[in-house]
Amino acid sequence: MTTDLTSTPRTDSAHLAFRNVCMAFGDRQVFDGLSFSFPPGRISVILGGSGSGKSTALRLIGGLIQPLSGTIIVDGNDITRLSERQMYRVRAKLGMLFQGGALLDWMSVYDNLAFPLRERRQLRGDAIAARVRETLVAVGLDGADDLLPSQLSGGMIKRAALARAIIMRPLILLCDEPFSGLDPISARRIEALLSEINQRFTITVVVVSHDIPSTMRMASQVLVLLPDGAVEGTPAELQAATDPRIASFLNPDLDAAALHEAGRVEALPSRAQTGTTW
Amino acid sequence: MVTPVHDLGAASVRFVEELGRLARFGANIAAAMLRPPLRIGRFVDELFKLGVLSLIIICLCGIAVGAVIGLQGYNTLIRFGAANSLGAVVGLSLIRELGPVLTALLVTGRAGSATTAEIGTMVVTEQLDGLRMMSVDPVHYVVTPKALAMIAVMPLLSTLFTLFGIFGGYVIGVRIMGLDAGTYMTSLEDAVDFENDVAGSLLKALVFGILVGLIATYRGYTTAPTSAGVAAATTSTVVIASVCILVFDYFITALWGV
Repeated sequence: MTTDLTSTPRTDSAHLAFRNVCMAFGDRQVFDGLSFSFPPGRISVILGGSGSGKSTALRLIGGLIQPLSGTIIVDGNDITRLSERQMYRVRAKLGMLFQGGALLDWMSVYDNLAFPLRERRQLRGDAIAARVRETLVAVGLDGADDLLPSQLSGGMIKRAALARAIIMRPLILLCDEPFSGLDPISARRIEALLSEINQRFTITVVVVSHDIPSTMRMASQVLVLLPDGAVEGTPAELQAATDPRIASFLNPDLDAAALHEAGRVEALPSRAQTGTTW
Repeated sequence: MVTPVHDLGAASVRFVEELGRLARFGANIAAAMLRPPLRIGRFVDELFKLGVLSLIIICLCGIAVGAVIGLQGYNTLIRFGAANSLGAVVGLSLIRELGPVLTALLVTGRAGSATTAEIGTMVVTEQLDGLRMMSVDPVHYVVTPKALAMIAVMPLLSTLFTLFGIFGGYVIGVRIMGLDAGTYMTSLEDAVDFENDVAGSLLKALVFGILVGLIATYRGYTTAPTSAGVAAATTSTVVIASVCILVFDYFITALWGV
């Protein structure tokens, strides 16, 4: 169950949602009844520490792993009931930016971008070339067509991978740690790109990150995965939160006692008070 | 007393489960072969990587093994006054056993381990997941061309190994030990039967190709997503495939008399 900091009730559009999802790896419980709806056409960020299940949440949406129980809605489909073959049709609506880029390392940047277009066989050769050039320009990689992934910098790999993720014009874009391993300038560039893509194509963007400042700038909705539960809200709601777990997560330089002294936390709430069940 | 029995039972169950997963993986590859689009370009790339790049090692080892058999065979046969049969000894040894078995072991070490490492690295770097997210089946796009190429190149490389081995035996027997070239070739020609020896040799190579292709791709595909996982998968490919080659060699020889 997720603690909702929003004062007004939200409608579940069933565009992209977790409903009572339980997930474990062996004995390690990752989610126990996670429920969350991602607003359509907006940027949502999943925050959390290492091992909190952020990437697992993305892999669940992509159908790369299956939950123990619960429902995952992707564009109206409960993907937990679909076979791998049926899942390929759903994935046509998804684009995913992997943490390491996951570019096919024997292909040039151009071929990596053209690959999904060629596989779907919906466009002819000249149309594919035009779409690839347009997308490369959009992510600022024009001129890098012939380079192999091993010849790219970390920031260029992320941009090339982002270009490949959006080249099929997906309904939903999943981004796993898009800012990790990047210098501040490259990270800001990726952040600006994600915001631009979201606005230009009205794509629902789900970003997994532990970068607080970028999250606060770009997110419409934030899901914070904590060791003992999950909390959701807008960036403003989270920043105003009295929950010490949220306050200490958003400002790791302050410990709970200091927060208490500073008056940001009225009282340390119990688990029951936060409504968190796990 | 109970613990060792329990451990043995658990290990047996794990072994049977692993065999089941391997069989299902093999069935997926077989199904992917029949499913369009045909990955001709990928298959040709793999033929080059597994076959063409193995040519030098296969030819060199073939000559070396043929030369050793020629030398040992000559030194043994001469004691019984049967040195004229050197061509038959070299030819039958290579065609029936050493050609397909040593080729399979060499290809396992060079190309099988590389296949596992390549697929395993794709697992670690999430390239296979990337393909899934683009609605491309990794078994169809990555695994099947590699497994098919392995099956296709093994009989060809085995034949090449055998031919170079016969040439190595010829160089030792004829050029160095002074046997008559016609005697060497006639003895070889008289002893070798196409149906039993050559076809049997090709059958063995084909079976070994299937084994190495299946094991190498399976171990790569199921690699634990860590660098240690890739190393362990690569090692296990070489060990498991080598043992399987020798065990299956015995059974093919016993059942078909090859």
